[in-house]
Amino acid sequence: MPTFNDILVLLPEFYLVAAACVLLLADAFMKPEQRWSLHWLSIVVLLMAGFLVIAGQPDVTVTAFGDMFIRDQTSEILKVFALLCTVLVFIYARPYLLDRKQFVGEFYTLMIFATIGVMLLVSAGNLVMIYLGLELLTLSSYALVALNRDSPLSSESAIKYFVLGALSSGMLLYGMSMVYGATGTLDLAQLHAAVPQSAMPHLLVFGLIFMLVGIAFKLGAAPFHMWIPDVYQGASTPVTTFIASTSKLAAFGMAWRLLETGLGDLSQHWQPMLAVIAVLSMAIGNLVAIVQTNLKRMLAYSTISHMGYLLMGLVNAGPEGYSAAMFYAISYALMSTVAFGVILALARAGFECEEIADLKGLNQRSPWFAALMALAMFSLAGVPPLFGFYAKYLVLQAAIDAHMLWLALAGAVFAIIGLYYYLHVVKVMYFDKAEEGGADQSAPDMSMRVVLSLNALALLVLGVYWGPLLGWCRHSFGLG
Amino acid sequence: MFNHLLSLLIWLPIVGAVPVLLAGAARPNVARWLALLFMVLTFVVSLFLLPQYDATQGGMQLVESHLWIASLNVHYGLAVDGISVALILLTTIVGILVVIGAWEVIQNKTHQYMAAMLVLEGLMIGVFCATDALLFYVFFEAMLIPMFILIGIWGGPRRVYATLKFFIYTFLGSIFMLIALLYLYHKAGTFDLRTLAALPLTFTEQAWIFFAFLLAFAIKVPMVPVHTWLPDAHVEAPTGGSVVLAAVMLKVGTYGMLRFILPIVPDAGAHFTWVVVLLSLVAIVYIGYVALVQEDMKKLVAYSSVAHMGFVTLGIFIAFMLARELGDVDTARLGMQGAMVQMISHGFVSGAMFTCIGVMYDRLHTRLIKDYGGLINVMPWFGFFYVLFAMANCGLPGTSGFVGEFMVILASFKASPWIALFAAFTLIIGAGYTLWLVKRVLWGEIHNPHVAEMKDISGRETLVLGAFAALVLALGIWPEPLIHLMDSSVTQLVQQLAIHKI
Repeated sequence: MPTFNDILVLLPEFYLVAAACVLLLADAFMKPEQRWSLHWLSIVVLLMAGFLVIAGQPDVTVTAFGDMFIRDQTSEILKVFALLCTVLVFIYARPYLLDRKQFVGEFYTLMIFATIGVMLLVSAGNLVMIYLGLELLTLSSYALVALNRDSPLSSESAIKYFVLGALSSGMLLYGMSMVYGATGTLDLAQLHAAVPQSAMPHLLVFGLIFMLVGIAFKLGAAPFHMWIPDVYQGASTPVTTFIASTSKLAAFGMAWRLLETGLGDLSQHWQPMLAVIAVLSMAIGNLVAIVQTNLKRMLAYSTISHMGYLLMGLVNAGPEGYSAAMFYAISYALMSTVAFGVILALARAGFECEEIADLKGLNQRSPWFAALMALAMFSLAGVPPLFGFYAKYLVLQAAIDAHMLWLALAGAVFAIIGLYYYLHVVKVMYFDKAEEGGADQSAPDMSMRVVLSLNALALLVLGVYWGPLLGWCRHSFGLG
Repeated sequence: MFNHLLSLLIWLPIVGAVPVLLAGAARPNVARWLALLFMVLTFVVSLFLLPQYDATQGGMQLVESHLWIASLNVHYGLAVDGISVALILLTTIVGILVVIGAWEVIQNKTHQYMAAMLVLEGLMIGVFCATDALLFYVFFEAMLIPMFILIGIWGGPRRVYATLKFFIYTFLGSIFMLIALLYLYHKAGTFDLRTLAALPLTFTEQAWIFFAFLLAFAIKVPMVPVHTWLPDAHVEAPTGGSVVLAAVMLKVGTYGMLRFILPIVPDAGAHFTWVVVLLSLVAIVYIGYVALVQEDMKKLVAYSSVAHMGFVTLGIFIAFMLARELGDVDTARLGMQGAMVQMISHGFVSGAMFTCIGVMYDRLHTRLIKDYGGLINVMPWFGFFYVLFAMANCGLPGTSGFVGEFMVILASFKASPWIALFAAFTLIIGAGYTLWLVKRVLWGEIHNPHVAEMKDISGRETLVLGAFAALVLALGIWPEPLIHLMDSSVTQLVQQLAIHKI
């Protein structure tokens, strides 16, 4: 029987489920002219959830429901940033949705349900819980991608996403079943203890490989990256923003739970595999991004390369590496919200601002948005003193500490290649002449302008003052 | 204030960029005056370095150290020695002259231009002060962003190609330096340069780290064969960008060699001295010949910059040869001093040369030598300055160009007469390309009707060129204060050369 204590541990999640149901009902009974309030209600709901997460933060790791659910510092940090990113998505999405008559309640409730999935996933203490959290996140995401019903591109990408996603979930589940067969437990902590004594080490490694496929798919790491470009391009930009930010935090959380909490003793097996996946992702992501003309597609390939860097941190297989990877996930989430946020800000009715050419001469028409985008691009490229540089620096350090100098060198080489396409965007905005029909100063929404500016300036501020965030990340993994 | 003098120097121009940017495109004059104000303020603050820094004592002074990232033991560590002080003064002086030089020239998005210059200035000062390797790297890399923008927005027709090449080339070098620094951190657990200097490293480690550092700094200097970005960047950059690039940014490369290669990997440095000496001689002789055949004035001066920076790298590494192999510390000091003086002198001379080309370009909108000729007939005052700087460029005694080159040649003679012989070629080649340039641009008949309409330099231009001229002459006639300022720091550097770390 669940005790009151169990419920208290899960309070933010329970609250969010209840709130999401209330929002769904409210949406159903609301008059159309009152529907605008849904937007602010959702934001308040998420902020409240963030408050509950922070206020109820336990000093020590606590578990609930028979170790199904773990509430520790790592999950708390990931949850706070996941909620923050979803709030950002809501704020950036509103003008876009209103312009396109897509402002519907489902968007908000589905996003909140997906965020609940993220929260469960990063707190999972059991393979079943991981699967449940993951499915809640991905099923909501499929629906979100398909939300723009009238667009064939959207539907196509939703189907692609669904088919490939189902396949990878199957892989993950298959791997989990093998691990269960080899150890006889689904509980991550018990799994960790059972791995060294397992009578079937080969089966374990087989299971591990299938699970890695699932993880790589969720991260969007090569060679399981095929869905990323299509979904990023096909989904409406707010949904892409969500997939590129909140979802990535979840993917990191899942990878860490499975690989360290569960299968930490198999690290000598998964380290080289992840290293190969990391190099492949950096290579494919950075090389293919160069030839893209569609901004969203380019950012999709850039995501693939960034996931390669994130994996570089995981390859370290120690607390230093995990904290570096978590720092990377957070920094990537904040950078991608800026990049997609600027796209959303510049989009207007009948104009998606999806092509890189649409940004031509942006510095003449809207110097402020051009500056924000330039900040995001330099940060994504990893140029100091911006946030993204420190994330890259930490994962490179993690690779060197793991005695994988070759991996760090590969990361360095691909960072140079990646630099080109980020600079290309800056070049288009600053050095090219503006053309008719390109992006101009839209985004009449004041809250969006302010939040987006703060979001982008945070990249600069965190570039100078990144110590506290790194301190939290390290502390959550037991480092000083 | 004196406790945070260096921080003030770094952040004053960077913070100053904000009001300049806020002045907006509609009020270019406000942006200009504000930019000038902040440049002058920074210069005034930098003057306080002279009384505050005790030149007789040497060593790192005016130390500021705060824990930046506690969990990684990364410090916001600043300090200066005599070499840094000289380079910071060079930076602040050039900063003022660049703003005055761009006064009427930059009409398009003036506020952004001025703001970029201010940010660049602060970051360059930061490079010269940082005593923590990560902080150094951050400043070193961050400099690229404003320069990228400066060349890209206000540059010539092929500016996009040039600025992308500049950015990616420099980034390429420095990211391998980052890997080397991370490796050092992995061993030492700190980025503090003094601790890294004391870190024992095997020869193999030193060799790899040496080449990582060399690549980063050689691209910045630039040395042959990684100099190809420089002519492009210089040709396409606006005048102010060229001046800052040649006068200060190139020095960041040689400064980095002093701070990183010399103390951290001295054994590998000594072992591979011949590589750098050879490349320096190639720069001096071969690039001198390349400069000779240029038809574009800016390209010519850019190549001459590569040749002159060859003297700096030669001076630094000849000191290795002298101190290590011959045990001749005094001559090593002479070579090093020559390199330092050459760094400062080249800052002023190349800055002045690019300003001169800018003056001509503003009037005729061409940089091709063949479009000019007979300029002295219509612009006598300009001719006066131009000839003076040309003389300094070819190292005439009495100008600053002579002092450094002479000292380096003298020192290299002790190491090997052959090195001295090749280095001394510059006196002929340098005179060749510079005087021929003067001949084709200034002397002779006016054959281009547009040249006949050119007006002599305005008061503003006279001010800039006059300041450069005064500095070039002052350094040439009385280099003693500069040498004294850097003397004890140079001595310490040379002493460090002799330490074996293996």
